[in-house]
Amino acid sequence: MSIAAAIGDTLEEQPHKNKPQKQGRFTPYWLLLPGLLWLTIFFIVPLVTLFGTSLMTPVPGGDVGEFEQTFHFANYVDTLTDSTYYIPLFRSFIYSGIATLLALAIGYPLAYAIAFKGGRYRNILLVLVIAPFFVSFILRTVAWRQILADEGPVVAILRYLSLVEPTGGVYPSAFAVIMGLTYNFLPFMTLPIYASLERVDHRLIEASGDLYAKPFTGFRKVTWPLSLPGVVAGTLLTFIPAAGDYVNAALLGRPSNTMIGNRIEYTFLSVNDYPTAAVLSFILMATILVLVLFYIRRMGTEELV
Amino acid sequence: MSKTDITKAEGDLYLENLTKSFGDFTAVDDLSLQVPQGSFFALLGPSGCGKTTTLRMVAGLEAPTAGRIRIGDADITYEKPYRRPVNTVFQNYALFPHMDIQENVGFGLKRRGIKDVDAQVADALKLIQLEQVAKRKPTQLSGGQQQRVALARAIVNRPAVLLLDEPLGALDLKLRRQMQLELKRIQTEVGLTFIHVTHDQEEAMTMADTVAVMNNGIIEQMGPPTELYESPRTAFVANFLGQSNLFPAKVSGVDGDNVVLEDSDGRFLMPKNRVADGVNLSSGSSVLVGVRPEKINIGPLDPGQEPPSHGNYVDGVVEAASFLGVSTQYEVRTAGGDAISVFAQNLDVHGLMPVASQVRLTWLPLHGFVLDGHEDINAGVESELVVG
Ligand SMILES: Nc1ncnc2c1ncn2[C@@H]1O[C@H](COP(=O)(O)OP(=O)(O)O)[C@@H](O)[C@H]1O
Ligand SMILES: [Mg+2]
Repeated sequence: MSIAAAIGDTLEEQPHKNKPQKQGRFTPYWLLLPGLLWLTIFFIVPLVTLFGTSLMTPVPGGDVGEFEQTFHFANYVDTLTDSTYYIPLFRSFIYSGIATLLALAIGYPLAYAIAFKGGRYRNILLVLVIAPFFVSFILRTVAWRQILADEGPVVAILRYLSLVEPTGGVYPSAFAVIMGLTYNFLPFMTLPIYASLERVDHRLIEASGDLYAKPFTGFRKVTWPLSLPGVVAGTLLTFIPAAGDYVNAALLGRPSNTMIGNRIEYTFLSVNDYPTAAVLSFILMATILVLVLFYIRRMGTEELV
Repeated sequence: MSKTDITKAEGDLYLENLTKSFGDFTAVDDLSLQVPQGSFFALLGPSGCGKTTTLRMVAGLEAPTAGRIRIGDADITYEKPYRRPVNTVFQNYALFPHMDIQENVGFGLKRRGIKDVDAQVADALKLIQLEQVAKRKPTQLSGGQQQRVALARAIVNRPAVLLLDEPLGALDLKLRRQMQLELKRIQTEVGLTFIHVTHDQEEAMTMADTVAVMNNGIIEQMGPPTELYESPRTAFVANFLGQSNLFPAKVSGVDGDNVVLEDSDGRFLMPKNRVADGVNLSSGSSVLVGVRPEKINIGPLDPGQEPPSHGNYVDGVVEAASFLGVSTQYEVRTAGGDAISVFAQNLDVHGLMPVASQVRLTWLPLHGFVLDGHEDINAGVESELVVG
């Protein structure tokens, strides 16, 4: 899972390299073939096609949705300087960033409780974590409309606490979208963290107590750093899909809460402006890639085992 | 008790009627002992006898079911582990994998807010002769090095009591012998109280000032290694520490300072001070007679030979003889049916007593010892322990 584990694996494999391998020297490459084919067909080809589309221009005098292959890189500049695109893009990262932090704040204690206090109920609790997946994504999100509706329990409590005006509500709103994102991606946060925590050697925690660390210090100095691979995996698994998500904004937000996913969907399906939709997809992908690399580098060099 | 600062408590360590039960299984049973400050104390016993559980209670990682733990005047029975002036060298070392050696060793000092951590860590690394690995991660070290780092990480805090749970268990024999000397040197140098848990009797005897032999959650006997070896009080101690010949006998009377014992092979004399406490010496009560194999003299039996004037003897037949160079190990079957091991030093050049030859075994009365007759003759014999 972690970078370190991957490095460890390669290190361990090194001695094998020197073993004489008379027969089947090419076997490893044959074994790679299905994977490579899979990658080519389902990842490289669509990516190249998409990139091609992003450089297209409308056929002169053609219909709506008719484009020809050109190498019009200005598509990128045009899109990036259009506030109807870059604002939702920016908003996407803000929303998904907040949702990721919230999911971490909920998912970490949850995973911790299951791993350390779950006892023999651990497996049942884990099933409960993924239980929402048995219901369709859309349905679950629609359910949040009910929960957050003006007549619903959340608003009742918030009104009672005077956190919203007596006639106010929380749906549709940015708050509702972020709640939806947090909820929908929570299992992706919880499970990797659980996997990491479960492997933390309890004797190390005891050792920290033996060495004068109070329980919270022990957590901060030992448990937390050792669970970081899970935290990194969980945040990525939450942040990446949340940034590109359009269901939550569509079902729980106002037009002013539009995320980049909604813009892509709209541009592609309603406006039939395929090049711009492709450009947006690429920009989203590239931005996520840069952010993720940045994040992994930082976490990787500083704390990871 | 006065309002002493427990984190700075010092003095002897007292375990008083300490008991730990897991469900209805009692792992440590009403155990009491005193460990003098600054001594090297070994807790010796077979696997599963409750050694780790005892240490964990002292460290505060396990709450006793009953009893008390004190350091000097300070009662630490229910004190939080991080408040006790106690550090542990864990059985598996438990080094923090994400910290380098320096950070590992400095961990305890930092938690207590001590100032010159770097200097003290450097000293500790020097003590274990590992200055050169300060910046490495634990996984980059050999087992022996990790073991020493675990030791340094605990010692650097100068605890009132240092607990070592089979610290050398994972090392190979040669390294283990080397580390035994090293540990002893370090203990002498720092003068801390060491409680060293082991199931290796040789390790306990070479290192410790005092050894407590533990079995089934209780302490069978406690004392300096020589005392345990020369005057075992139970069959378990007699067999677990070194090797003993034990055979049942009956008390037939008392003759001055000596007790007269009788078995199928004849009569033995035994000084009263060689009789374990609490053994019933009234005529007819049953006892176990013990003699260490190396205390027995073996010689060919000549027809009409006089019995030795100041010694006990039995006659028998050599069943097996193995020449080991410095000594020869004999298995002798006595006329009365007992099997007796003899280690004969290789002092003369007459060679071996051949198998099936008649021999006479003699030993001085003060070389034997007497145990209660209800003891299990095979308690603590190694082959038994593996099975049980
Ligand atoms: N947490 C526990 N729950 C139940 N039984 C335990 C627990 N810890 C130890 N025991 C039992 O207590 C006995 C003593 O264990 P331990 O102190 O680890 O022995 P040693 O260190 O002498 O080998 C063993 O039989 C072990 O199975
Ligand atoms: Mg143990």
